[in-house]
Amino acid sequence: MSWKTLETTGWGRAHTATGDVARPERATQLKRLLAAAMMPAFGMRRSYGDAPLNSAGPSLDMTRLDRVLSFDSTTGVVHVEAGLPIGDLGRMFAAKGWIPPVMPGTGFATIGGCIANDVHGKNHHVVGSFGQHVIEITLIQGDKSRKITLKSAPNLFKATVGGLGQTGVIASAKLQLAPCKGDLMVLTERRIDGLDDFFDAFDDSRSDYTVGWIDATAKGANLGRGVLEESEITSGINPGSGKPKSVPFNAPAWALSAPVVRIFNELYFRRVPASGRTSVKPITDPFFPLDTIHNWNRLYGKAGFNQFQCVVPLDATKCLRIMLERISASGLASPLAVLKKMGPGRGGYMSFPMEGYTLAVDFPNRSGAAYLIRDLTDLAKDAGGRIYFAKDGVAQAKQVEGMYPDQTAWQKAVAKADPDGALETDLVRRLELRSPPHTVTPATGGNV
Amino acid sequence: MNQLQNQSSQLETWIILGATSSMARALARQLSMRGASLLLCGRDFDDLRSTAADCMARGAHDAQACAFDARDTNSFAAIIDRALTQEGMINCAVFVGSMPSQDAIDADPNLIHGTIQDNYTGPATFLQMLAPELEARGGGTIVGVGSVAGDRGRIGNYVYGSAKAGFATYLSGLRNRLTRAGGHVVTVKPGFVDTAMTWDVEGMFLVAAPEKVASDILNAVKKQKNVIYTPFFWRYIMLIIRNIPEFIFKKMSI
Ligand SMILES: Cc1cc2nc3c(=O)[nH]c(=O)nc-3n(C[C@H](O)[C@H](O)[C@H](O)COP(=O)(O)OP(=O)(O)OC[C@H]3O[C@@H](n4cnc5c(N)ncnc54)[C@H](O)[C@@H]3O)c2cc1C
Ligand SMILES: NC(=O)c1ccc[n+]([C@@H]2O[C@H](COP(=O)([O-])OP(=O)(O)OC[C@H]3O[C@@H](n4cnc5c(N)ncnc54)[C@H](OP(=O)(O)O)[C@@H]3O)[C@@H](O)[C@H]2O)c1
Repeated sequence: MSWKTLETTGWGRAHTATGDVARPERATQLKRLLAAAMMPAFGMRRSYGDAPLNSAGPSLDMTRLDRVLSFDSTTGVVHVEAGLPIGDLGRMFAAKGWIPPVMPGTGFATIGGCIANDVHGKNHHVVGSFGQHVIEITLIQGDKSRKITLKSAPNLFKATVGGLGQTGVIASAKLQLAPCKGDLMVLTERRIDGLDDFFDAFDDSRSDYTVGWIDATAKGANLGRGVLEESEITSGINPGSGKPKSVPFNAPAWALSAPVVRIFNELYFRRVPASGRTSVKPITDPFFPLDTIHNWNRLYGKAGFNQFQCVVPLDATKCLRIMLERISASGLASPLAVLKKMGPGRGGYMSFPMEGYTLAVDFPNRSGAAYLIRDLTDLAKDAGGRIYFAKDGVAQAKQVEGMYPDQTAWQKAVAKADPDGALETDLVRRLELRSPPHTVTPATGGNV
Repeated sequence: MNQLQNQSSQLETWIILGATSSMARALARQLSMRGASLLLCGRDFDDLRSTAADCMARGAHDAQACAFDARDTNSFAAIIDRALTQEGMINCAVFVGSMPSQDAIDADPNLIHGTIQDNYTGPATFLQMLAPELEARGGGTIVGVGSVAGDRGRIGNYVYGSAKAGFATYLSGLRNRLTRAGGHVVTVKPGFVDTAMTWDVEGMFLVAAPEKVASDILNAVKKQKNVIYTPFFWRYIMLIIRNIPEFIFKKMSI
């Protein structure tokens, strides 16, 4: 198997790593490579920061292992290789009446990446996280290939789901698809005038898929205004999608400067009539609105961008208000800001979701952005919340310490699965996720 | 829509030689989406079975893995027999090929035999056996994947290039023959494609995705093109390279 030295980046392009990369196209090649030496794997690198990067050694590109290995049309159980993009799976089966129960905001994310970050969708409050619909994982650890389920190996399974690839390389997985009524979505959009209205709207929403776009530049009385999007799957005549567009080159710095973003957000808000509106779209459009513009990350120019995403408990609404105030005051926000109410569903020890509100905001990689993100990270932690590692590139180890209550159980399983630390990624090292907490050893007695 | 798609292509069988190549996988997937039947041929049976399952999930009418070794002509007849059990037009796309480095060949000139078998004589023997069946059915398309490397012998890989040149000449003759019987032959000359073969090759530029090559091929089949370069601009690059006078070219290393 051959190697290539590559410079890789996450989706935000603010962090890079250089190392040797192998890209197996067949299951046997994958096994052979890992039997020789373990190394971390990555999918489509749709994580924003350094979660998919390894600058301390080789890594594996899984994207050519992208096949459907079997499908049972009576039960809806599908067995797929880990490199298959979830959007492909959605498109393949929606017309047959089945759909992945959880889809993140990009269809380019691979099944391996969806498991390793235990991703959530706009329907998290209804169906929980991705890992909760995974029936079986084929995990490669050195020269061993194991099929694990929640029942057969509960610790390892929960350490793998949301486990940032630290327990082994996911070769394939069996997923339970959900029956769906058709391959169309009815999308209803309505303006929300402020943060409190948003909280009420989430409480009142009866939709399966609910998400809020927030104008993160709005201040004062308008703070937290935005658009609530609710959608439902249906059947009918497919209106067809437009052809994908692409951003051909890095945009100049002014493209997302504060005044441009303010004007854009104003227009985006007003785009939805005051009385709201409803439209019918092909099923993948509302799921993956940004995928229709390829390489949109280039809009942020060469320096790239970071995303901050946190979840805070339902009663931490004050914390969200403070966050939005600091964000709008900073003048750093981009048009991309999302608010959503999450349910409690999570599949693994290190899974991001918890019951509460999740806020996600993109920031261009400009001076001040990292400070702001760290500040927001502290706010989230103080409120009893946490940040999402799939998005992070700038938090510091001490900030995330204690954020994830089951971290110790995860560390134990990971230490067993990968004692040499061969699977560590740049993110895991930066945040010292595998190291025991930095507690001061109590001064009891002498040395043992 | 789906029904229409299936109707128009119900009677379409494709033999794919070298179906473990990512270019072949991309073509098989696009053919599956229009409901074709596929015989996926190669040496790595496990892998072929995975691709067959994938093609079924993507809408293939039928997809089977078949054992095929370009260096063992005894493996050919069974594949052709299997294709003959299918109704309608039989088509064949050849992706088989191997490219040992020129250094390896310099060290062991015996590698030339295998290179020529994989890229030229193996597939040509297969197509020679298949041709009468296409004539009997009065149609069908053959897609032969050669390479821009066959357009001119270069210091870096002239053994591989010469095998591809031989195959291209063979395809041109076969086109001459099958056209009379209502059949068609498309010669495909890819430039640099992002596959396993080229993953560690240095100095590649303008690299195309396998999916792009596959859609260019299907477009050429539809439009009955004879020789295509994919992506298209390689036609012009090769035009220039072919026209460099030999007395200059022989001193160049490109
Ligand atoms: C526009 C956009 C919208 C998004 N919306 C959402 C959203 O709504 N909800 C959400 O939850 N996320 C969302 N994300 C984040 C994204 O879904 C996750 O980062 C996902 O993990 C990306 O998958 P990937 O294949 O690109 O994985 P990568 O980013 O390549 O890798 C992610 C992690 O998975 C590990 N990994 C990948 N493959 C394997 C494998 N085969 N075996 C072991 N470990 C592996 C990597 O080591 C890494 O730790 C969004 C991202 C973008 C760009
Ligand atoms: N990649 C490029 O830039 C490029 C450019 C121009 C032309 N091409 C040509 O495109 C075609 C596909 O190549 P690729 O790039 O996709 O590389 P690849 O993955 O190496 O594909 C080569 C295919 O040929 C098969 N093969 C080799 N020897 C064989 C034999 N003796 N019997 C049966 N099958 C054999 C391989 O099957 P196994 O699984 O059995 O090994 C594999 O499926 C080749 O003809 C290549 O020469 C490639």
